Amino acid sequence: MKNRAIALYSALGFGYAFLYLPIVLLVIYSFNASRLVTVWGGVSTKWYGELLADEKILDAAWLSLKVAVLNATISTFLGTLAAVVLVRFRRFAGRTLFTGMITAPLVMPEIITGLAMLLLFVAMEQTFGWPAGRSMTTIVIAHVTFSLSFVTVVVQSRLAQMDVSLEEAAMDLGARPVKVFLVITLPIIAPALLAGWLLSFTLSIDDVVISSFVTGPGSTTLPIVIFSKVRLGVSPEINALASIVVAIVSIGILIFGIIVQRQEAERVRSLKTASDRG
Amino acid sequence: MAPPSVKQHVFAPWNDPDAKPLIRIEGVSKSFGDFSAVNKVDLDIYPGEFFSLLGASGCGKTTLLRMLAGFEIPSEGSISIDGVDMTDIPPYERPVNMMFQSYALFPHMTVEQNVAFGLKQDRMPKARIAERVKAVLDLVQMSSLAARKPQQLSGGQRQRVALARCLAKEPKVLLLDEPLAALDKKLREQTQLELVNIQDRVGITFVMVTHDQEEAMTMSARIGVMNAGSIEQVGTPVEIYEYPATTFVADFIGTANMFDGVVALDEQSHTVVDCQELDARLVVGHSSGVAVGAPVTVMVRPEKMMVQREPPEERVNCAHGVVSDIAYLGDISIYHVRLASGRKVQVALTNLRHTSEQRLTWDDEVYLTWHPANSLVLVQ
Ligand SMILES: Nc1ncnc2c1ncn2[C@@H]1O[C@H](COP(=O)(O)OP(=O)(O)OP(=O)(O)O)[C@@H](O)[C@H]1O
Ligand SMILES: [Mg+2]
Repeated sequence: MKNRAIALYSALGFGYAFLYLPIVLLVIYSFNASRLVTVWGGVSTKWYGELLADEKILDAAWLSLKVAVLNATISTFLGTLAAVVLVRFRRFAGRTLFTGMITAPLVMPEIITGLAMLLLFVAMEQTFGWPAGRSMTTIVIAHVTFSLSFVTVVVQSRLAQMDVSLEEAAMDLGARPVKVFLVITLPIIAPALLAGWLLSFTLSIDDVVISSFVTGPGSTTLPIVIFSKVRLGVSPEINALASIVVAIVSIGILIFGIIVQRQEAERVRSLKTASDRG
Repeated sequence: MAPPSVKQHVFAPWNDPDAKPLIRIEGVSKSFGDFSAVNKVDLDIYPGEFFSLLGASGCGKTTLLRMLAGFEIPSEGSISIDGVDMTDIPPYERPVNMMFQSYALFPHMTVEQNVAFGLKQDRMPKARIAERVKAVLDLVQMSSLAARKPQQLSGGQRQRVALARCLAKEPKVLLLDEPLAALDKKLREQTQLELVNIQDRVGITFVMVTHDQEEAMTMSARIGVMNAGSIEQVGTPVEIYEYPATTFVADFIGTANMFDGVVALDEQSHTVVDCQELDARLVVGHSSGVAVGAPVTVMVRPEKMMVQREPPEERVNCAHGVVSDIAYLGDISIYHVRLASGRKVQVALTNLRHTSEQRLTWDDEVYLTWHPANSLVLVQ
């Protein structure tokens, strides 16, 4: 019994070490006082300070943040609309096709999505002159095209779980359909919207591949800056920057996880009370 | 077979030719694809009535109720409420409220907010809303839990809140879809009477769906028995039990012993039916209104049969067999008597005394008889 527990824990430990050791190392080395990445020279936070003085990185970070927030907001709005149509409008031609098509971008190779977006933007610019060149606008549009699917999937499952008679009851009590959506449906699916928002935010803030296709001069996102700097050699400054990105992404994923877990717990509870009553 | 004459103080607007129905359902059908869920239903429901739709699972009760609420559009026919045609009126403008089987309480609102929801939609002043919410919560005895969320309530408490939420709007009609199905037996029986009392006090017309015949009998002024999308019979509980119109109703409400035969004689005062299975003539105390030779069914309720050990003098209204099963229910016992034909007949006897040697037991040979007035001819 004891041996088994030891075996289990070491397997677990090994697996997680495999996953997280590189990141832990990265974070540790970001506090390295030495300029040589591989030589430990004591603890220091000076690279974080230097980072804050680097104009180029600060600009990129600011741009990334703006793109992520815009992307998350637009994706959540459009994704929710798509989910509502797919779940609530029961019968319409080609519904299965649409459901399949909304999830396709989830598995589409990023490089293809990026290339396709670039072709589209170039074609559009040549045809009616918009968008003029590659800029923040094109990055946001490209990010929305893939984040949207994630939001739709998350909201869709929440909406499908929701009891339709809640909406009917509200209508029966005198609320018009739009009001029903705003005061009954929306508050009930709100956790899914928040989860979808956070998910698109994190997807956007760490995207390199798609961004690198649709980015232009003067609109470089943080991951692209990191990527190009690393090609010139790893510096402790980059370690510090990467650590910050890791922190932000982890927080986003953590909150997303908590929301989903709570939702699941609530669903189990309501199923349980339903079966208690039944 | 005419029901007893109507006295003035008895509530029976359906017998009054001048009474105006509150709900008028005319030739209503509903199909989903090529499946017909509700089939040419005609029904009048009167103000202040407690009306039940009774029927087996899947017979279209909920569908009919949802058409009254406006969630389903009839494929054919029309529904009017208080003289207004409801065809083009959406659910949120109908003078009806529905209590859902799942209660459908809004999980993100407190009990109080749930009850106030409907009133807010009417743009009622805040003070009046508070007053009204308090009044209905008092009525269903839920004032003390007004600040709770639905998840923090028991099944019975949720049911009360759902009722209060509908009553708050003072609708002309309250639709209830199996309102008591989720409650356990004891609570259900208690709530049945409470619900009737509340209906009596508020004076709103109730239309209730149920598949529990006892519940329908206990609570309703009239019952509509549904079968496969159609209404087979509408009547008071007494009419439905004592004078079922069809074999389906006879079988669905309570237990019925039914014997097939052909009419041998049809008089004003009685009908004689030849029954091959019983090898006897059956005399029924009313006219069947069909020609001699027509196939009919004679129905006798288990509690209307008498049991004796000796053969009766006349072989009229008589069946002969052996006791094959006994169900002792305390107050009564149900005896299953197997006839020579192999068919089983049920007889209910009241257990008047403590155990006695006189009581019937397995394999006893018995004769069952009944009075002509206590049987009924059903025409197919
Ligand atoms: N939206 C729908 N689409 C297709 N068929 C439906 C729909 N709603 C109901 N039906 C069918 O119509 C029939 C009647 O349904 P309904 O819900 O009215 O039954 P019910 O009498 O209320 O039964 P229960 O006692 O089980 O609630 C059922 O066979 C059901 O499958
Ligand atoms: Mg039903």
